[in-house]
Amino acid sequence: MVGALGARSIRQTFRRPQLISPIVVFPTLLLAIQTGGAGAGIELPGFPPVQSFLQFMLAGSMMQSMMLAGNSGGIAFAVDIEMGFTDRLFASPIPRFAIVLGRLAGTAALGLFASLWFLAIGLIFGAHIEGGVPGALLAIALITASAIAVGGIGAAIALRTGSASVVQGLFPLVLVVLFLSSAFFPQELMVEPAKTIAEYNPFSFIVEGVREPIISGIEAKQTLEAVAAIAGIILLGLGLSASALRHRLRTG
Amino acid sequence: MTAILVEGLERSFGEVLAVQGIDLRVDEGEIYGFLGPNGAGKTTTVRMLTTLLLPTGGRAGVAGFDVVNEARQVRASIGVALQEAALDPLMTGRELIRLQATLQGLPSAAGRKRADELLERVGLGYAAERRVGGYSGGMKRRLDLAAALVHEPRVLFLDEPTTGLDPVSRKTIWEEVQALNDDGTTVFLTTQYLEEADQLADNVGIIDRGRIVAEGTPEELKGEIGNPHVELTVGEGAVPEAELAVGGLGELRPRKGDGRVLLEVEQGAADIPRVVRALDEAGIAVESLELVRPTLDDVFVEKTGHHLEGEEGGGGADEPEAEAAPA
Repeated sequence: MVGALGARSIRQTFRRPQLISPIVVFPTLLLAIQTGGAGAGIELPGFPPVQSFLQFMLAGSMMQSMMLAGNSGGIAFAVDIEMGFTDRLFASPIPRFAIVLGRLAGTAALGLFASLWFLAIGLIFGAHIEGGVPGALLAIALITASAIAVGGIGAAIALRTGSASVVQGLFPLVLVVLFLSSAFFPQELMVEPAKTIAEYNPFSFIVEGVREPIISGIEAKQTLEAVAAIAGIILLGLGLSASALRHRLRTG
Repeated sequence: MTAILVEGLERSFGEVLAVQGIDLRVDEGEIYGFLGPNGAGKTTTVRMLTTLLLPTGGRAGVAGFDVVNEARQVRASIGVALQEAALDPLMTGRELIRLQATLQGLPSAAGRKRADELLERVGLGYAAERRVGGYSGGMKRRLDLAAALVHEPRVLFLDEPTTGLDPVSRKTIWEEVQALNDDGTTVFLTTQYLEEADQLADNVGIIDRGRIVAEGTPEELKGEIGNPHVELTVGEGAVPEAELAVGGLGELRPRKGDGRVLLEVEQGAADIPRVVRALDEAGIAVESLELVRPTLDDVFVEKTGHHLEGEEGGGGADEPEAEAAPA
């Protein structure tokens, strides 16, 4: 059942190019611009030892793409609500939370796609994955799990508001949260207050967990911190989704 | 056996009482027409009965299950086609039916077979691989109906199934609903079209501003208003003579001063030959003669003091049910 709904979510996303393009086009362009324009930044004292700026940036691009995927998933869910399709699902004899899980399966597929896309770009343009295949797989797994986490929050907002335009309006916030993390610049080289915000931003933990296997190899500390951050956001997202679902069913 | 039993059902939205303690009963195998204008509470009632909305008072049972405490069993027993056809424009017709089959618990092979059968049944076999976004309004309604039937439900809820459709498409839907009922499916149908309720329903409940104001078979309800009447147009100068000629055949209604004579008759069409003979014997020329039967709108006016809205153009399907009495 979740599989059928997930398959539908995936099909829907790939049949709607306007949901795919922000996940792929915008982050790829940003990667190209930043890599081309700020590549000398790796010479700064205190910059993590990396092969290239591209190698450093891959994790941030994957994160950006993943978060936009979560936002796109939320938009798609809100569109389902607006056109009444969720009523069809709610009127079926399935556990109602399966509807949310089916949507998250679709978002996870987008996260997987994003991670594969950027790993491919990195490899094509000469970036080296220091952690090898296990490192690449770890990065993919963390990004895919993160997509579920962020997708849960997108789903919660969709269920609460029932409005695609509201969910779409959160797009700038996604970028703010990301730029206030270590996604695009090492935390150690940030100035205050961005540095402190990044230190406590859960997305910084996730980025570091994804980046470490790319730039140096798998490290238990970063991996566990990333997993914990993802788990926390998943719980938050699922909790908010469950609450929003109950509210929607109560108020119609 | 009772298919739907509603007792004191209520739904409020803040201060607004959209459904005010309604009672109704639908027997198995019946087509129940729930008739009312926009904003009367029809869709709110349907949403409660189909477990999409929790009641704020009263109780309801569908197919023997309570809509609040046994909601999942209710959902397994019902098919639902809501006011807005709940279709994903990016899916094909076949994909949608197969998804619905999966959600209803049909195994994959059975779901595929059922999808083929239903698409042919509703005349969409030729469009099954086309995306729903390219379907016409009538096609979407038929697909929605097919999706509601995938698991052969005991009770079928149709919320304004023909609103916005052309007459041909409307007739097609009516024929399909009648065929389903002939096969034993109980149908709960909301409509703002008098003709639809009159043609299809075994029993009709009329709802206005959250309350049921009348209930019965269409004939019973119309019979409450009075007998059919014959309308004769004879020209202003001939009205007294015409009234004299036919007055003994029924009850004359007050003159309207427009050359018409209104005669209430007990037997309807069977009385017309006598009326015609009487006029002929009196040498009165008749410009036109029409038998006018009471309509459900007459019933509605009698009970509520105003006409049923949206009867003519079928509009209002896009209007939210915003009008309701304060709590």
